[in-house]
Amino acid sequence: MDTRKEKFPYGIPGHNLSEVEREIPVEEPSAWPVNDKLKVIGKRIKRIDALEKVTGKAIYTSDIKLPGMLYAKMFRAKVPHAVITSIDTSKAENLAGVHAVHLIKNTKKDGEKDNKGKYPMVKYVGQPLGGIAAESLEIAKEAASLVQVYYEEKPFVVDLEAAMELNAPIVFDQPIEQQEDGGDVGESHDGSKGEGNVRGPSTSSFFGGPRGDLDLGFQEADVIVERTYRTQVHTHMPLETHGVVVDWNSDMMTVYASTQNTASVRNQMANVFNLPKSRVRVICEFMGGGFGAKHSAGSFGPMAANLAKKTGRPVWLMLDRKEEHLAEGNRPNSIQYLKIGAKKDGTLTGIQQRSHGTAGVGLGAGVGRIAQILYTCPNFATEQYDVLTNAGPGAAWRAPGNVQGAFGLEQAIDEMAEKLNMDPLTYRDRIDTSEVRKVERQRGAKLFGWSRRRPAGSSKGVVKKGLGVGQSTWPRFVSLDSSVEVKIHKGGGVEIRSSVQDIGTGTKTILAQVVAEELGLEVTDITVNIGDTFFPVGPGSGGSVVTGSITPPTRNATFEAKKELLKLVAKKWETDSSELDMSNGEVYHKRDTSKKMTFKEATKLLRTSQISKIASRSDDYGGFQQPWGLAYGDLGSVQFAEVSVNTDTGLVKVDKIVAAHSCGRPLNITQLESQINGGVIQGVSYALYENRVMDKGTGHMMNANVDQYKVPFSMEIPEIETVIVEEYSGRSSTDAYGIGEPANIATAAAIANAVYNAIGVRLYEIPITPSSILKALSEVS
Amino acid sequence: MNRFSWYEAKSVEDALEQVNSTLSNELYESSPEATVFKSGGIDVFDWVKEGLLKPQKIINIRNIPGLDGIRFDKKDGLHIGSNVTLAEIGSNPEIKTNYLALHKAVIHAATPQLRNVSTLGGNIAQRNRCWYFRSAEHPCFRKGGERCFARHSKRGENENHAIIDNGSCVSVHASSIATALMAYKADVIIKNAEGEEKNVPMDDFFVSAGKDIAMENILKPKEIITEIVLPTPKKNTKSAYIKQVARKSYDWSLSDVAVVMEISGNTCRSASIVLGAAAPVPYRSVEAEKAIEGKAINTENAMAAAEAAMSIARPLSKNGYKVPLFISTIKQTILEIS
Repeated sequence: MDTRKEKFPYGIPGHNLSEVEREIPVEEPSAWPVNDKLKVIGKRIKRIDALEKVTGKAIYTSDIKLPGMLYAKMFRAKVPHAVITSIDTSKAENLAGVHAVHLIKNTKKDGEKDNKGKYPMVKYVGQPLGGIAAESLEIAKEAASLVQVYYEEKPFVVDLEAAMELNAPIVFDQPIEQQEDGGDVGESHDGSKGEGNVRGPSTSSFFGGPRGDLDLGFQEADVIVERTYRTQVHTHMPLETHGVVVDWNSDMMTVYASTQNTASVRNQMANVFNLPKSRVRVICEFMGGGFGAKHSAGSFGPMAANLAKKTGRPVWLMLDRKEEHLAEGNRPNSIQYLKIGAKKDGTLTGIQQRSHGTAGVGLGAGVGRIAQILYTCPNFATEQYDVLTNAGPGAAWRAPGNVQGAFGLEQAIDEMAEKLNMDPLTYRDRIDTSEVRKVERQRGAKLFGWSRRRPAGSSKGVVKKGLGVGQSTWPRFVSLDSSVEVKIHKGGGVEIRSSVQDIGTGTKTILAQVVAEELGLEVTDITVNIGDTFFPVGPGSGGSVVTGSITPPTRNATFEAKKELLKLVAKKWETDSSELDMSNGEVYHKRDTSKKMTFKEATKLLRTSQISKIASRSDDYGGFQQPWGLAYGDLGSVQFAEVSVNTDTGLVKVDKIVAAHSCGRPLNITQLESQINGGVIQGVSYALYENRVMDKGTGHMMNANVDQYKVPFSMEIPEIETVIVEEYSGRSSTDAYGIGEPANIATAAAIANAVYNAIGVRLYEIPITPSSILKALSEVS
Repeated sequence: MNRFSWYEAKSVEDALEQVNSTLSNELYESSPEATVFKSGGIDVFDWVKEGLLKPQKIINIRNIPGLDGIRFDKKDGLHIGSNVTLAEIGSNPEIKTNYLALHKAVIHAATPQLRNVSTLGGNIAQRNRCWYFRSAEHPCFRKGGERCFARHSKRGENENHAIIDNGSCVSVHASSIATALMAYKADVIIKNAEGEEKNVPMDDFFVSAGKDIAMENILKPKEIITEIVLPTPKKNTKSAYIKQVARKSYDWSLSDVAVVMEISGNTCRSASIVLGAAAPVPYRSVEAEKAIEGKAINTENAMAAAEAAMSIARPLSKNGYKVPLFISTIKQTILEIS
């Protein structure tokens, strides 16, 4: 590969901005300056599809209506653990308007000893058993209720601690494999080790394994903090439920899907039905939220396709809210033991972590890497265990593991600071080597008014005020399989195409910004056609990879197309294309001001109808930490929380959050703020409200609705202010990264620390509710 | 949800001719000719959607003329038609002036959208709250089953459940508005198929679980609530209402308390104190009333009344927090009177 040397802005404006020289592929564009000197990048740009969304014009998967389309409903297990002896679908099949019934067959008969029947063993309430296609949704639902399933029930366990006991009912009597859904970047969990329902431990991550000598570390410590923290199961509740519309004829299977990964849904459907990828098309034009649980088409996608195959008609299959709660993903709970040791001056000497969590019948219930890497500590070890229970499988959930991990670690650090008689921010200045988080602490503290903070429990009156802080880190992941096509049409019109979907964060808009900046056009001049696997494959919306993965190829493809257009203009003007550039909708000669023409005029010089350039993602400039796409640097945050706690009623109100974040070069301030708002609100919800309640006696979820499963509404949402720190590192042609997951990691820990500051009693478990506050207060009085 | 026919009732008489059962009769074991009244439909459709109620016919009483007025005069008291929406009650200035506790109970109930649809008759006749009772998979005592899932000391998820009068059933009554209505000693006006009308005091309208676990109120199949009547407040009467929740925007109460008190100066002459979300019915706390009557309204006496109210509390495994919560709520509500 031919390379050239190029200088890039490096560091944080207003703090330590300098330059760095990188060796870059020769065909890639020159470095962008800092955002101040750009026209549309780093500005407040309105979403290009805002009008469609707020007027209801945007068509989501559930809105799709095709000629002859049938509506499908799945039927599900009503017991938590059983062998199915028979299923009687005769009443359902005889109901007028029913076109087809499809049952899920047992394909793994060689597995567990009881798993020999015609149908898969039931492992949790809500497990899909089959589906029905009918002329209306009402008929499909009624038919589903007429299906009779006969069970031979088995002992079950839904409670994490009960499942860990030696004589607990066994969920799987054999090793299991982690389901690949692409959501949990780079993590692996071993389901083959361990005893009973406890699998693992996982002791290492891509940042390495245990380090140093823990015994020695704790011997050297002057102060020890040793605690156990608990977090709850948090179910995904995107406004739009999971679902697909499948239109399958002899030439093509077209799948309209509510998905955060069109490409992986295509691969899944092609694989399940043994079709070439060229004959499966997945489309997701608008997306009503995913949070990590929508990387695959689960069992509902193949179900809809099977029903489409049986009936020869398109099939609509969207799940309802109860199905979402029971079967379509959750953030596993955790019990985390944490021991940290420090010298009198605060230097950390040891961090020991041991966690157990349950992702139900799935794996992936660890607590992430945050204790391993957030602070400098020579001696570290973690043991993270997965515990199997008879409950719906977990799924990636906005910073998998790390949200749980941050809740424990950041409270322990807070407690350590207090024992050392240090301010929590000062203490973090001591032990956190990240330059960008240092700036976030400074700028955030100023905006928040951290100096108002008083010692824990010193607030007077019934309603006590408290301030707290929490930090986070998240890796910069890059998906190497990220391609994009940029087209300049003859006579005007610029188009960008990729299978990458806009999960709702504004991907369409930032792509238009990148193209507009490069071509000197307006954002509204660019047409963005994405979310369709007929176009070059882009990344899944997981791991916060989208911005960092797809914007550099977008800029590179645009740059290639631009070079070709400039060559044509240069030929006409009889000059060299290096003398030309584009801005304000014009092509101009850099030295000869008499020579200019509009962009539209220039495109009329094309010989063919279009210039079309496809680019994919090269490695980061200067390489990766890990060759699969773990970039250098991180996506850190510092969040500040102000709370009011009513000590009579136990009611906690989060009054304010200041969220200080970095994501490399910020592309669109309005959208970044919007994403941070969303992350913070989910963090508030995690800290105070959401909680899956499972009945231990029957294995059913008791609050599988939006009435008893509580999410925050308008009055629960605090004032949210954001600090976005620009941080340049010259790693790609855009130098930009995502923020989806970082926005959600530190909030619950910051709130828990603020609650402690308010009432002087620490809560080690979320959600923090009136019940838990009153209980904690009564135990100390 | 099953298929059902829809009947648009033209009058109370018309509605009563169509009906042959009540919601209470039909739960869990629906009869093939089950009928059910629907006004706002908020609670009824929850039961239908869950599959617990399978009506063959829904009788819409929402559009019956004459059940939709609010009338107040000093002599006759306050008359609220059973089809009046919560939103209408919440925005009525005479109710706000003369029945503050009712006003507050209404504006803190549900959400603005639900208040636009919910009617007062339906609100007080809604079924109890317990997630086992409201689940098709849990055949509990109240649905004719053989166990109480919530009471179990190790397995019961009973954080939101009753702490008083919970010997037979541990659910709580769902209407926080009934808490205020009972404190005002309102009457429920019930009409039957024979055209007879009866005035039932709120204290007698609800049926304790110990008396009949299948019923939460005295309504019979061919009976309909037409009106709620609140007496004119006596001179020097003040009222207050507080509801405590885990989520302010929209939530069921963890504790709610209505106090209606006749005072002279700062002394309580007579008190009517009712607790919501404490028991399977709105619960009149005679203990608190006795403790505060004749006493000055101050923190010490309010606290004593609150503690007296809670002296009979028998919390379950996970709802012990409700005792201090009620103590605080009762105390604060009494103190709002002064």
